[in-house]
Order: sequence, then C-alpha cells, then structure tokens
Amino acid sequence: MNALLPSLPTIVALVKIGLLVGGLMTAAAYLVLVERWMAAWVQDRKGPNRVGVPLTKIRLFGLGQPLADGLKIILKEDFTPRHVDKVLYTAAPLVILAASLAIFAAIPFGSALPPIPALGLTGEEPLLVAPGLDVGVLWVFALSSIAVYGVLLGGWASNNKYGFLGGLRSSAQLVAYEIPLGLGLLGVVLAAGSLKLDAIMGAQADSGVWYAFAQPLGFVVFLVASFAEAARLPFDLPEAEQELVGGYHTEYSGIKLLLFLVAEFLHMVTAAFLIVIMFLGGWHLWGVTGSGAVETWTVALLRFGVLSAKIFAVILFFMLVRWSWPRFRFDQLMNLAWKVMLPLGLVNLVTVAAVEEFRPQVTAALGAGWARALALALPWGVFVLGWLAAGLLTPSGTDNTPIRTHGPLDVEHELVEV
Amino acid sequence: MKPTDPSIVWLEERPLGLAERLYLPLFMQGLTTTARHLVSPKVTVSFPEQRPQVGNPLIYRGVHRLNRDAENRVKCVACFLCATACPAHCIDIVAAESPWPDREKYPESFQIDELRCIFCGMCEEACPVDAIELTSLLDLTGKSREEMIFDKEKLLSVYDMTKDAEPMKSAELGGTL
Repeated sequence: MNALLPSLPTIVALVKIGLLVGGLMTAAAYLVLVERWMAAWVQDRKGPNRVGVPLTKIRLFGLGQPLADGLKIILKEDFTPRHVDKVLYTAAPLVILAASLAIFAAIPFGSALPPIPALGLTGEEPLLVAPGLDVGVLWVFALSSIAVYGVLLGGWASNNKYGFLGGLRSSAQLVAYEIPLGLGLLGVVLAAGSLKLDAIMGAQADSGVWYAFAQPLGFVVFLVASFAEAARLPFDLPEAEQELVGGYHTEYSGIKLLLFLVAEFLHMVTAAFLIVIMFLGGWHLWGVTGSGAVETWTVALLRFGVLSAKIFAVILFFMLVRWSWPRFRFDQLMNLAWKVMLPLGLVNLVTVAAVEEFRPQVTAALGAGWARALALALPWGVFVLGWLAAGLLTPSGTDNTPIRTHGPLDVEHELVEV
Repeated sequence: MKPTDPSIVWLEERPLGLAERLYLPLFMQGLTTTARHLVSPKVTVSFPEQRPQVGNPLIYRGVHRLNRDAENRVKCVACFLCATACPAHCIDIVAAESPWPDREKYPESFQIDELRCIFCGMCEEACPVDAIELTSLLDLTGKSREEMIFDKEKLLSVYDMTKDAEPMKSAELGGTL
C-alpha cells in the first residue's frame, strides 16, 4: 500500500473531527438563536422571526438569523486598541477557543456505529474522536482549566480596568468552583470505576440507575458548579454588563469577540454534555435504548437521538435559569463555593465511597434487592440531611441591616462599636 | 434629616424563613414563573403587518393634524398660542388677515417640524379653538428632513385622513366646537 496514504484510523478520526467541529459550530450558532428566542418569550416578546433564506422573502421563523449574525460580526472592524499587549491580546481568543474545542476530543457524541465492512471497519466504531483515551475525564477538566487562561489573558492584555476586573473575578470564581466540580465528578468516577466517559455511560446503562438518582447530592453540586464554570447566570460575574461593561472582553471587537462568544457558548455545551453523560445516563433511556453492543443502525441512531435530546433539554434548562435568577454577589458566590458546595461535595464523596465499599458485604448478607434499595436510600437520606444542614447552618450571606448607631452627623463623634 | 430623627421609621428586614433558607422551593417558584411567561401570550406585535393597539386614541400623542370647521375651512385663528407654548419651538406660523368675516386672522402658512417636536401635547392644550390636535398615528417616517416639516396642507390632509377614525376630540370632551 502506498505509504503516503493516511491509514484508516487516521481517516476515521479526521472525519469524526470534521463532523464534530462542524456540528458544534453550527449548533453554537443556532443555540444563540434559541437563546434569543427564549429570552424574548420569557419577556413576553416575539423574538427574532424575520431573517430567512437570503435574497428571498422566505422567513422560516427566523432560522436565517445565525447566518446574518455571524456575517455581521465578521464584517465588523477588528479593532486593536493601542494600549494593549498585542501578542497576548491576539492569543487570548485563540487559546480559549482552541481549548474549548479540544475538550470534545474526549467527549462521546453518541454511542457507537455498527460495523461497516464495506469501508473496512470490522468492529463497532465509537462516536468519539479519541476512543482509546483512558483519562477522558481528566483531559476534559485539564482543558477546561486551560480555557480560564484565555479569559485571564484577555483581561490582562486588554489593559483596561473593566477587562482586568472581569479577568480577576473569573479566575477567582473558576478556581473556587473547580473544587466542587471535581468532587461531584469524583463520586461518579468512584461508582463507575473508570475515567472514560463512554464507560461511565455504559455503567449507567448496565445498572439502569442514572447517577443523578444514585448520587443526588453529587448531582446538585456538579450542576451548580458547572453553571459557575460556564459563567452562566446566576454566576456570570466575570462579564456582568451592569458593573463591568463586558468584563474580560470589553476591549474586543469583530472576529476576536466572536471567538470569545463562541467559546463561551461551547463551555455551556460542554457543561451540558458532562451533566448528561455523567449524571443523566448519557444515551440510556429505559425502554428505548438498552445496554450492550451496537449491532444495528437503528440502535446507533436511537442512542444518538436520546443523547442529543437530553443535551438539548439541559441547554434549555441553562437558558431558562438565566431568566429566573438575579446574579449572585461576589461574597455570596464565594460563600456558596467554599462553605456550602465544598462540604456537600465531600459528604457526597464519602457516601459514595461507603456505598461502593459495603455493597458486596450487604449483598452477601441481605441479598441483591436489599443492597440496591440501601444503595439508593442512603444517598437520598444524606442528600436531605445535608441540604437541611446547608440551609439552616450556613450564613445565607452578609448582614445587610443598616448601622443605626451613628451619632449626629454635624458633630465630631467617637468611633462607635457596631 | 439626621439618623436620630424620631420621625424616621426604621424597617427591619424580615429574617429568612425555612423555604427561603432551603432555596429549593424558591428555585421552583422562580422556574415556574419563567416557564409560565415562556408560553404566555406575547405583548409585542409583528409591526408593519400588524398594528399595535393604541390604548386610548383620545389621549395618545402622535402626529399632529389641523382640524377643519363645518365649512371645510381651517379652524386655526393664528393666535400663536401653540407656537408660544411649544417647548421645542417647532411650530412656525405666518398670520395673515382673514378672508372670512367671523375671525380677524388666519394662518397663511402653518409649519410643524416633526423632527423637532417632542410630542408633549402642549400645543393641543394651548389651542383656544381646538384647531391643532394630536392623532394616534404613531409611525412617522420620511426620506429627508425637508419631508418631515409638515405644512398647512399636509396637516389638513392628516385631518382628512383621520377624521373618520378619530372624531375631533373637543366634541366628546365638551370643549368649544
């Protein structure tokens, strides 16, 4: 065979990369439209419904809007202010977009394709760019931390106080929420016994119990932390428009801004993927997609459809939450991370470890049915208790009561103890 | 006012209840509110095809018109009260001797610069003969600045256009007809 021709695995990987990147970019563009629709509908407006097929009068409910939006922002002037650090300023959007795209190398976007002998694919083909990667979860988390660099670089290189403040806030927030995120994830890894995301989905499909039900506390902690990691409301402090103009991308315009915005959207998509894969059963749905190998195209398509539908539902939830809650204050954000989410994550981890440790003994002593019931009852009991404790014991924020002990304002007064 | 002033009533913030501390009930409450609005009927309309509902045309302040009297003459008596009342100085009247016996003056030219107008309705209030009125026409567009300076004929034509849909306000409001 000609040595210059790429090998079959390379071709397959390239095709998958092409499909994934193309699909993600299109999805990001259309999710912007979905987000605008949701925003409009929640505010009792109609939303974008005009732009349809270019150069015709066909409107298609505004489905041409992403194209117009993209064209508009690409054609805008790509202005570089004089006071910025040019190298870092240019590198920041590239870093953040590259990191957010590279994450998807380890994220399965379906289950697998059945064998296609005509193309020389004898085994089933996993719908995952890097199927052999044993450290999938680590890869995802390492790269999502690198995406923070993009935000930091952008904020720093802009040489602008709003950009700088946005970058600072972002770094503090992302570092704080990495920990509960990791703790929520550790429970899943412990239960599944694998760092591969497709293996985690497979474990949930085999047992039929999604980890959201088996580890409710871990699910909540992970959900909240992934909202914060994606910098979505109510955790969008890094780019709070009312306080920081645009946050870390204040000084950006044109295509560089577009890269930032796409990367931000990809963060949300990544978060949705992770939530679905790790806690909501991935491609598994009772009665629709069972566990086991993929033999027919029907199974492959069904699993792909179930996974996509779940991810879309989670993204819709992200968007609905955006219009339901006001932004946290920064001290509340930090309180939540360190005083609530971190202890709850640890409690969840200990619970999961205990359940997994004693499962064989309980099964031997009481039978499999009791073991399964206890493995569900214990985490839910811990969830209720932990939630009550978190609600009742932790300070719900700083004290906002006004200080009443001021002396008359027109005379010199001593320092009053408050 | 000093903080020690006895007339100040200090209000205490209500302490958080159990539902508020647990957050989850409020979470569901917020989510249902948003979800309800998501499907509720929309208040905006697809504008050019669909006209927005003007609440009460009698008090809406849209494009001006110059009313005609029963003999189809312009009602205006060129008293300059509207031009004086106008805070934006957008009304320009040139008065001339009236050709009719029942009044002394009439406006030879009557111009309103719709671009300067702030649609405050002071002209309408000032007018002693209810000649100038604001209609409920809300979409006022033009291709040049000159086009947006409405002269007497144009203002009278606005009256001809809107008189059926919106009768003169004075009749219903008990003013001088």
